[in-house]
Amino acid sequence: MLRTKTIFYYDSFWALLFLLPSVLGFLIFVLFPIAASLGLSFTKWDLSTKMQWIGIKNFHEIFADRVAVKVFLNTLYFIAITVPLLIIIPLLLAIAMNQKMRGIRFFRAAYFLPVVSSMVAISMVWQWMYNKEFGLINYFLSVLGISGPNWLTSATWAMPAIMITSIWKNIGFNMLLFLAGLQSIPASFYEAADLDGVNWYRRLMSLTIPLLSTTTFFVVVMTVISSFQVFDQVVVITGGGPSRSSSVLVHYIYQNAFLFYRMGYASALGWLLFALIFILSLVQSRFSRTVEFD
Amino acid sequence: MLKKSTRIYLAKFVSYFFLGVGALIMLIPFIWMLSTSLKTIDDVFIVPPLLFGRKIMLSNYLKVSDQFPFFLLLFNTFKISAFVLFGQLLTSSLAGFAFSSLRFRFKNALFLLYLASIMIPYHILLVPTFILMRFLKMLDTHYSLILPALISPFGAFLMRQFFLTIPKELGNAAKIDGCNPFGIYWYVFLPLSKPALTTLAIFTLVSTWNDFLRPLVFINNNLKMTLTLGIYAMQGNFATDWPVLMSVVVLSLLPVMILFLAAQDMFVRGVTLSGMKA
Repeated sequence: MLRTKTIFYYDSFWALLFLLPSVLGFLIFVLFPIAASLGLSFTKWDLSTKMQWIGIKNFHEIFADRVAVKVFLNTLYFIAITVPLLIIIPLLLAIAMNQKMRGIRFFRAAYFLPVVSSMVAISMVWQWMYNKEFGLINYFLSVLGISGPNWLTSATWAMPAIMITSIWKNIGFNMLLFLAGLQSIPASFYEAADLDGVNWYRRLMSLTIPLLSTTTFFVVVMTVISSFQVFDQVVVITGGGPSRSSSVLVHYIYQNAFLFYRMGYASALGWLLFALIFILSLVQSRFSRTVEFD
Repeated sequence: MLKKSTRIYLAKFVSYFFLGVGALIMLIPFIWMLSTSLKTIDDVFIVPPLLFGRKIMLSNYLKVSDQFPFFLLLFNTFKISAFVLFGQLLTSSLAGFAFSSLRFRFKNALFLLYLASIMIPYHILLVPTFILMRFLKMLDTHYSLILPALISPFGAFLMRQFFLTIPKELGNAAKIDGCNPFGIYWYVFLPLSKPALTTLAIFTLVSTWNDFLRPLVFINNNLKMTLTLGIYAMQGNFATDWPVLMSVVVLSLLPVMILFLAAQDMFVRGVTLSGMKA
């Protein structure tokens, strides 16, 4: 894939000119920070006193740190609930939308609008919707005869509140990915199924879902990776509380670095996050090679 | 077994029903936001909630700059987004051209490095970038938000992929006519690359406009904040003045929403092209 036939020049001078701005920025703002972060993860440093080399102690500490374990489990809880729903709902919506009908643009816009909206701004709206006495959610629940919880101050319900907002925000994005996948399935497959008089349920189970497996796997991995990095809505809606019940990995990294000034420990946590994402990406690239159309 | 035409009709009916109900649910927060922004403070605390207040208070929108410098932050966000947009389009297309059309030493190694860096979560870069900005005395200035965002490995990758689809004959023809590589980039490749440039522009704009983590870490000064950070930092000032707070939220969302509604197809193409989130 990397071996591309170039058009014309063997001219390092021109290449240097073209690459200079990008590579300069890349060295300063990407490569250097990556290297520095790796180095920092083996140190103890609070920005003001002298930096201390402490080897792999930071990584040891992660496993002994109760809060780290808690935020990690919270993150897994978040992933375990949001990811399946962010696959099933968008998939069904994409299937419903993948036919010739009027109003597609309206529906697509309605589902995609949250994706382009600022998470911070929209989190303010959700915070207001979760209000115990005057919020819309508890009003809807009361219509159904349920007395709604005090969402944002309850250790049980703060995390589900974050989950609901996150699902709402990302449905449209995954839906578009599925829609693109559906549109790449050759129509002849369905024509053949029609000739055989296959019903919609079998069409879905034996045709659509298997043919969509590459897309689905891609969407699952992308969703898990982005869920590992959930942050904005946690900070704005609950601030990670009450008593860390809705705090997640990136929130804890942020707090360690910029509230507790533990630069080394924050970096170590960052690399743990990277390791998790890296493994997922490896699995993704393995799997995507084994399934092909035709 | 139903007739085929009946089945198609039925499928459409069921689809419309579910898509309609779903769309309504998706739009409820936006409706609630608009509705609240137009109410008096008293009407907000009425159970059951009203869709329209007893009085329509457009005047809430005039109060958005009472509690914090809304228009200054709007300007800051515009300014930062504009610089980042221009910078990223330029550096990415230049680098993309080199990767797609020039031959030079270490090309594959450098390109692999770019690709690998896309996989690194931003949170790893954040701490060293903060330390660097502190060292350069750029904390609390817009440089801290603009400079690191002027380049994008993902952008360079996107542009390279697009440039590779441009027929080589065009470049060769221009070369025979005496064009140097910059001329070919400027007069041949760039004009043909509007779809890729638009996609990259949309990603860059939306992600810069909505960015929260970087402003949160790099900016403390109230007058230097971006809109997202300002809304977060000032939420306490509004206490329970939900109507004015919602007016602020509406106004801060408006620019990106208008852009999206005007260029929906380009957003869609961008997502399906790259699978990347803004």
